[in-house]
Amino acid sequence: MTDFLWLLVALPLAGAALNLILGKRIGEPRSGWFGFGLIAISFVIGFGASLGFFAGTSNPQTIYLFSWIPAVGADAAILWDPLSALLTMIVTGVGALIHLYSIGYMHGDDRYPRFFAFLNLFIASMMILVLASNFAVMFVGWELVGLSSYLLISFWFTKPEAAAAGKKAFVVNRIGDWGFLVALMLIFMTFGTFDFRTIFENAPAMFGVGAGTITAITLLLFVGAAGKSAQIPLYVWLPDAMEGPTPVSALIHAATMVTAGVFMMARSAVLFELAPVSAGVVAVVGTLTALLAAVIAVAQTDIKRVLAYSTISQLGYMVLGIGVGAYAAGVFHLTTHAMFKALLFLGAGSVIHALANQQDMRKMGALRKAMPITFITMAAAWLAISGMFPFSGFWSKDEVLAAAFARGGAWLILYVIGLGVALITAFYMTRLFAMTFLGSSRWDEGVTPHESPRTMTVPLVVLGLGTVFLGLFNTPARHAFEHFLEPAFSGVEQVEGLSIGLISTLAVVAVIVAIVGIIIGLRRYNTEVLPDETGAFWRRALAAFGVDDLYGRFLVAPGKAVADWWASVVDPKVVDGAVHGIAKGAIGGGERARAVQSGQVRWYAAVVAIGAVALVVFLLVLGGGF
Amino acid sequence: MPVLLLLVGLPLVGALVVGILPKKRPELVFPVSLGASTASLAVALYVLWEFEAGTPALQFIEDLRFSTILDMGWRVGVDGISLFMVVLTAILFPISIAASRSVTDRVKTYMILMLVLEAGVLGVFVALDLLLFFAFFEIVLVPMFMLIRLWGSDNRRYASMKFVLFTAAGSAFLLASIIGLAVMTGAQIGTLASFDIRNVLAIQLSGTAQLLLFLGFAIAFAIKVPLFPFHTWLADAHTEAPTAGSVILAGVLLKMGTYGLLRFNLTLFPEAAVRMAPYLAILGVIGIVYGAAVAIVQPDVKRLIAYSSVSHMGFIVLGMFAFTTQSLQGSVFQMISHGLTTGALFLLVGMIYDRTHTRKIADYGGLATVMPVYAGLFLFAAFASAGLPGLSGFVGEFTILVGSYLSFPVMAIVAGSGVILAAIYLLWAYERVFTGATNPKIEGLKDLDFRELAIMAPLVVLIIGIGVYPKPVMDRVEPSVELILDRIESATTYQVPLVGRSSAVVDIEYGEFDVHEGGEG
Amino acid sequence: MTVTVTWYLVLAAALFSMGAAGVLIRRNALIMFMSIELMLNSVNLTFVAVSKHLGLIEGQVAALFVMVIAAAEVTVGLAIIVAIFRFRSSANVDELSELRG
Repeated sequence: MTDFLWLLVALPLAGAALNLILGKRIGEPRSGWFGFGLIAISFVIGFGASLGFFAGTSNPQTIYLFSWIPAVGADAAILWDPLSALLTMIVTGVGALIHLYSIGYMHGDDRYPRFFAFLNLFIASMMILVLASNFAVMFVGWELVGLSSYLLISFWFTKPEAAAAGKKAFVVNRIGDWGFLVALMLIFMTFGTFDFRTIFENAPAMFGVGAGTITAITLLLFVGAAGKSAQIPLYVWLPDAMEGPTPVSALIHAATMVTAGVFMMARSAVLFELAPVSAGVVAVVGTLTALLAAVIAVAQTDIKRVLAYSTISQLGYMVLGIGVGAYAAGVFHLTTHAMFKALLFLGAGSVIHALANQQDMRKMGALRKAMPITFITMAAAWLAISGMFPFSGFWSKDEVLAAAFARGGAWLILYVIGLGVALITAFYMTRLFAMTFLGSSRWDEGVTPHESPRTMTVPLVVLGLGTVFLGLFNTPARHAFEHFLEPAFSGVEQVEGLSIGLISTLAVVAVIVAIVGIIIGLRRYNTEVLPDETGAFWRRALAAFGVDDLYGRFLVAPGKAVADWWASVVDPKVVDGAVHGIAKGAIGGGERARAVQSGQVRWYAAVVAIGAVALVVFLLVLGGGF
Repeated sequence: MPVLLLLVGLPLVGALVVGILPKKRPELVFPVSLGASTASLAVALYVLWEFEAGTPALQFIEDLRFSTILDMGWRVGVDGISLFMVVLTAILFPISIAASRSVTDRVKTYMILMLVLEAGVLGVFVALDLLLFFAFFEIVLVPMFMLIRLWGSDNRRYASMKFVLFTAAGSAFLLASIIGLAVMTGAQIGTLASFDIRNVLAIQLSGTAQLLLFLGFAIAFAIKVPLFPFHTWLADAHTEAPTAGSVILAGVLLKMGTYGLLRFNLTLFPEAAVRMAPYLAILGVIGIVYGAAVAIVQPDVKRLIAYSSVSHMGFIVLGMFAFTTQSLQGSVFQMISHGLTTGALFLLVGMIYDRTHTRKIADYGGLATVMPVYAGLFLFAAFASAGLPGLSGFVGEFTILVGSYLSFPVMAIVAGSGVILAAIYLLWAYERVFTGATNPKIEGLKDLDFRELAIMAPLVVLIIGIGVYPKPVMDRVEPSVELILDRIESATTYQVPLVGRSSAVVDIEYGEFDVHEGGEG
Repeated sequence: MTVTVTWYLVLAAALFSMGAAGVLIRRNALIMFMSIELMLNSVNLTFVAVSKHLGLIEGQVAALFVMVIAAAEVTVGLAIIVAIFRFRSSANVDELSELRG
């Protein structure tokens, strides 16, 4: 099967091209089914190629396709190991479900084929990112997912907010990409190649733990990851990205693209192992991001914005996992999160769809009866993200926190904060769930909610099953997931496992925290009348503590002022002013000199004669004769 | 067969034929012009096809000496660097001529000027004789001036004059340096002068002489590039020129500057080049950031693209003076790429200008609803220009940055920020022109017709083609830039940084690997 | 008394000075023109004399060149003067300053 891996990129790409050029002819809904079909085939190929890893019989391998930029030794090649296999299955699997969902969700849109073209383009880009066998090709995928994200966020470009959000996402991501780019330059200078395998095999021999070069590389890589995975201080684009259609939010801004940063750092685990300082920075930033985003999520009223901040918060957990050196745990949380967060978004999309594009949770409520399938699947996702036993989120989040706990010392602070975030998470997710499905109905007049069509509910059910059962693959008793990933982290020492007794204690603490959060949430929101949430805290948190305004005031505005000043003062007055000054000087000099050119022939002749005489005298006096 | 003579001569013959076409048959002017430049393109493609890769040697050499005592004449040839400049020129001219259908005023003169311009630019890129080079370098000036002056928009008098004065000022230094160099060469080989670049290459120059000559050449080329702070002519000339003029100006005329730097400054004066490299690289970096920042706030689409050219050309200069194989290859690649992407952007702006006669961003809004295909193409060109991977711009900028970092780390990092700024100015312009509610003034515009799509198609194909598979280009450029580095290393004490030569890039093995063997197990 | 080359040179110098004075002092274009001819021919005389004195042929060649140029110059110059005279009925050069800068 591995001979066909290149199809994972080629098929979606072909789908994108065909839908883009011939989409109008293919028409609705065939273009959607066509796009879905290609991704489904890709999933089958990816799954088939991964079988060897499930069985533990295959070794990782690199597959050469063609030489791309020979000068920097960057080949288009595939690295097929359990990590890329896992991500391939997540991307194509969740991707296929979301394509299916979009067939119903995007029904009636003017640019229906274009939407599927962009979705296919995204899958192709993500596969380039995931399958790359070197940093340069990974960067290609990295930027291309940014492009797809831009196209899809601003899909409804006639809305100015959507267009602005797309641009913001791309530009903020590019700030992170700058860091990634500098990391690449440094990597090439240090190793003379971008190839993962060569770098990871040589790095431990070339550098000791704590080497400055590796610390710089990893910190720069983290800047890139912070952009893509929405960490402090570059997270601001993700909430705005909710302007895109909901399936896009589910696929790109929850399940897959935003996890690219986590994936990239997990891929570079060998380097992070050599740079404990960077790992510490990563862990702290991840924890703080988780905390900040969770607090903001509490006060949001737009259902998608709650989920957006919740995504940032969960990404913080994954980043924390990477930072504490529990790479498999971080990736495990990535996997379960892809399931339950995609489900939450799709469920939210189903609700929004049913309420005629209403996104304000204050105008929802009591949808339990009207939308049974959405209700049940959302309930599973709610419990999973809240960390309830035995749903998938419980296992993965617990794994990350346990790893932080196991490191001991100052890391315990991160554990405590992480636990606090779990409490907040359980609370705000309960708030979302209760405001949407429980309590009294607060719908706008004339709205009659209805369950969504089959194409939309089937993905919900499939993801729901994943949400419930996926966690059981990797329990403290049975580390199937970690064994699966082991070949990808061969050069890396994983965090020591804790004793079963301690793990159980931690798990009980986590569940208690989750239950407390849920109970507080239910008591407050499972009511006929919503509590008053207009206090100072609520207003500030709703405005995301004004971080966007701060950036606007202290970064964007001064930047624009400088550009304005350059364009309106420096360029025309100084640079061009010098040019005009020279021109004026030439003209002025000419004005004076023109008096000499009187037009009088005899004047000219006289000057010539005087000049000749002067020359002769000069030569006679100074030159000592001819 | 004198292939290169044919290459340069065909457009001239075309110009002649257009000139003697009977007044009664104006409909013939366009096909004849297009035919002549297409014929030249065919010759260029033949050269590309027959070009032997893997060697830095000059190929297709023609050597016809006009004067023994001055040792000058028709000496032409191509190597890996000029090859692609020739092909780029030969591609962009038929496209520009095809895009000039909207010209209705004095079509005959217009086409003659275009064809003379083509011959001049091609001549610049193939000349191996300094005097011949200078002659072509100057010939280019005249038709370009006329194109801006006669077919430009409102402020054309000022723009055309500025263009000519700037370039002529540089040319004065260039001519003086060329004559000085030729006389010094002549003195060493026993003639009055020698303009043959192969003779010039062989002579020894003192440090001071090198430095002075280097500066003379550099000023002329820096103005042409244009390098900050010599860039102000560009914004005016680009903005006022007719569409084809802008395309050619940005697409190939600017490359004459960077090509000149590479061909003469780096090759002929290695010692001075090493001494001056940091200063020129800094000017390049300033250009990158400054040009991009100024582009952000431009209210006029053409001006915006003009300043973006300043930024992109800065990358080329930075790569050129970083003296690594990667950065030099990247520079040459970026020259090609910039010609294609900026050419595409100017063509697109021209197409909308033909419809609305305004270039002000504020006059648009929501255009994507009215002209979806046009919007898609514009976005494509914008992203290509902003260096999106998979498209040509990325390969050039990425290779330049990676290569330059080896010599000038700080500058490369600062230059990298140009990537962010490029995203800002292009996407913000796109947002204001294409998205949001449709401005009533542009309601009902027709989307691109078949001719316009046909004009854009080759550029789109090439931008994707060399972006995904740049190897054929890189393979032909590499020996030529390696030769330049060899010369620099042998003439000076300068050493190219460790992995700055292609031979130092680590070989990669592919296939299955057993993880349990190498690791800790 | 032999006529040495010095005599010729003195004569040539005298002729040249007369010509130069004529150009500088007279206002009539035609007379100025004749003065210029005088200067040219004084130079010719120098050329031929020195050529004979040194036994080199180049001086005579140069003289021939000068004569040809002078002839050409007369043709063009007279045509211009005639044209100007027709236009203004005057050949006073002080009244002509169209080429003033």
